[in-house]
Amino acid sequence: MKTSRRALSAGLAFSLAVVAGGAALAPASAEAKTLVFCSEGSPEGFQPSLFTSGTTFDASARNVMDGLVNFKRGSTEVVPGLAESWEVSDDGLEYTFHLRDGVKFHSTGFFTPSRDFNADDVLFTFNRQWKEDHPYYNVSGGSYEYFNAMSMTDLLKDIVKVDDHTVKFVLNRPEAPFIANMAMPFASILSAEYAQAMLDAGTPEMFDQQPIGTGPFQFVAYQKDAVIRFRAHPDYWAGEAPIDNLVFAITPDASVRYQKLKAGECHVMPYPNPADLESMDADPAINLMSQEGLNVGYLAYNTEKPPFDQAKVRKALNMAINKDAIIEAVFQGAGKVAKNPIPPTIWSYNNDIKDDPYDPEAAKAMLAEAGVSGLETNIWAMPVQRPYNPNARRMAELIQADWKAVGVDAEIVSFEWGEYLKRSKDGEHDTVLLGWTGDNGDPDNFLAVLLGCDAVGGSNRARFCHKPFEEVIQKAKVVSDKAERTKLYEEAQVIFKEQAPWATIAHSVVFQPVRAEVEDFRIDPFGGHVFYGVDLKD
Amino acid sequence: MLSFLLRRVLLLIPTFLGVSVVAFGFIRVLPGDPIELLAGERSISPERHAELMARYGFDLPLWDQYLKFLTNLASGDLGTSFVTRRPVLDEFLTLFPATLELGLCAIVFAVAVGLPAGVLAGVKRRSWFDQTLMTVSLTGYSMPIFWLGLLAIMVFSGWLGLTPVSGRISVMYYFDNVTGFMLIDSLLSGQEGAFRSAAAHLILPTVVLGTIPMAVIARQTRSAMLEVLGEDYVRTARAKGLPPARVIGLHALRNALIPVVTTIGLQVGVLLAGAILTETIFSWPGIGKWMVDSISRRDYSVVQGGLLLIAAIVMLVNLTVDLLYGLINPRVRRR
Repeated sequence: MKTSRRALSAGLAFSLAVVAGGAALAPASAEAKTLVFCSEGSPEGFQPSLFTSGTTFDASARNVMDGLVNFKRGSTEVVPGLAESWEVSDDGLEYTFHLRDGVKFHSTGFFTPSRDFNADDVLFTFNRQWKEDHPYYNVSGGSYEYFNAMSMTDLLKDIVKVDDHTVKFVLNRPEAPFIANMAMPFASILSAEYAQAMLDAGTPEMFDQQPIGTGPFQFVAYQKDAVIRFRAHPDYWAGEAPIDNLVFAITPDASVRYQKLKAGECHVMPYPNPADLESMDADPAINLMSQEGLNVGYLAYNTEKPPFDQAKVRKALNMAINKDAIIEAVFQGAGKVAKNPIPPTIWSYNNDIKDDPYDPEAAKAMLAEAGVSGLETNIWAMPVQRPYNPNARRMAELIQADWKAVGVDAEIVSFEWGEYLKRSKDGEHDTVLLGWTGDNGDPDNFLAVLLGCDAVGGSNRARFCHKPFEEVIQKAKVVSDKAERTKLYEEAQVIFKEQAPWATIAHSVVFQPVRAEVEDFRIDPFGGHVFYGVDLKD
Repeated sequence: MLSFLLRRVLLLIPTFLGVSVVAFGFIRVLPGDPIELLAGERSISPERHAELMARYGFDLPLWDQYLKFLTNLASGDLGTSFVTRRPVLDEFLTLFPATLELGLCAIVFAVAVGLPAGVLAGVKRRSWFDQTLMTVSLTGYSMPIFWLGLLAIMVFSGWLGLTPVSGRISVMYYFDNVTGFMLIDSLLSGQEGAFRSAAAHLILPTVVLGTIPMAVIARQTRSAMLEVLGEDYVRTARAKGLPPARVIGLHALRNALIPVVTTIGLQVGVLLAGAILTETIFSWPGIGKWMVDSISRRDYSVVQGGLLLIAAIVMLVNLTVDLLYGLINPRVRRR
């Protein structure tokens, strides 16, 4: 098997080299099965707890490291990772993880581990982000945005090493999404031994630049802004990856990525241009995969400002928006109308909910009933492209025209992105276009993060703090029974629809072009790129 | 000559200080809060925001931040990138060889094509060659680099399959960076085909980046030649019966070169500006792309440090050009 694979790889390498350098011969080092991923940018570093971009997660957590629990490939389901199993105490305050035995860290040119993974590594991983007196807390600028954003500092009471293979997390309050949080990149397990070695050598920052993990691929080299090289971890606990080498060829321009994919210079590319989708689909050498994204694009009403403090007005304005036209014009068909604040791929999605119909006449009547006439307002349009909103300006123009038809005059406003985020957080807007891509596949990650009372002045741009809704989502947060949580979130979606703090616009469809010879690639719902299990066809 | 040199070097000090103010001020004038950008849609609490502003020193008064920047600069510290948490100078030194290699190839291409073409057009004034060259150079000069780059990739890499699409070398080659110059490192690696691959990868970005300077040099050479060819001493040389090649090569070209050398020097700035786009299109890991990324992320230390280093390079090149100019034209050094 290996022999024929090598022969094929040599052939692939040869053809690549011919394309790349005239009739260049394949170098000796290329006689292995190498998958090339034309990645969209450079990672900030290789430490998923320190950085927040998906590009960094692809180059670290998703391929090089494991969490105590992991997301099943291509899904939001949480499965055992470095912990074989776990128990939750009846009061929901203690999580005991039983760690896998015999898990090897990567052995590389820059570090050779002397022991297998154990509880010390778990303690190191979390204490580094949590305890300000930890020797690594301030290394590499020491800011742990995800750890903070997931409220881990308030949530954690203690982390106890019960024995070498058992770790207990004690929480200050019950938190049902805790397990899902543990599968997020920031919770990827790091080697305490490697950290100590780097500290002893006086180069602790190298720990964050040359990663060591337990994951399916081990880091080989990074040439800044050009290439990242990994090779399969021969002792990976779940079995060695089918490919021998994984190369990230950093290619920031989407059109250029497409040309490289066509020329066979790479096998997988992220984020295609919408304009290229048709020709990609028609190309037999390319397999254009697609899946609904774990995201939502919305227009949030500032519910603290009149007349948007009235649910009736918000509802009426929702009914004035022709969402089908937006999907057609802005998403060019690559999106689905959103009726709920969570995407359909998330459990507890309430499909029984009926979306507000597009009915300008009824909208007009409702506005009149609410005593609103000659309303002048604004629509904030994001200055950046996002999967949940590829063209916010165009979207704003369409909504502006729809509202005009019901007698509402809206001015379109935009700011530089940082400024936009800051001002909308401060509630300067009347209505604002924004969106969200899920972190952990838990409904709480949408409903509480974006619509909870605690998030007002933060990511709750609608400044929506509605007691009945808040009670339901807070209850769902502390109940550990999934069926019960599902019911609560379904109820929350009903309240959301009645209150209409947002006009839910769309869930985008994620497109993933891969070359035809790539086998078993699965689209990651979190927008990442996971290469374990992917193979190249003979 | 020594006092000329000294004068020029002393002039660099106020220029450098001026540049430091612009480099420092430029990124701060742009709206946008780096901490908000870091957090994105996720949002960040006001306390955490204040804590991070303090950690990176963004909460200090501007003059204080500037003084700190200057003080650190004096000790050779350009700061640390707030995105990658690595020293700015380290990042610059890692990336600069790629830009230098591309820039040198582009300027060699621009001179090698632009200079003879300009001379020929000047000598054969109003001929078909002259007319064609002027049209082509005007087109080259007006062509947006981004568009030209994508067009070149589509035609030469996509349709014709003659050149690789992007990058510095095929990813199948892997060797250590010795000099940072891919052409040299690929030779040193001893890997078969590596040099060829590196050279093939240089073709399109070189041509795309070199097109505008080539057009400028060709036009400048042409007009300088036209001017010089009309001078009395050229007429005298011709009247003396010197062979045309000698008249053009020795008498005309040497004098015409004086403004052309200045033009070539000035093209270094144009090349660095063009590198920003060229590097982005061709996934070329140089300082141009690094600066673009840093501006969009409001990575203050990288933008101010990077701008200062780039400005220092441009100033040094201009100084060299001034000195060369002095060598070619004795009147300049007496001034």
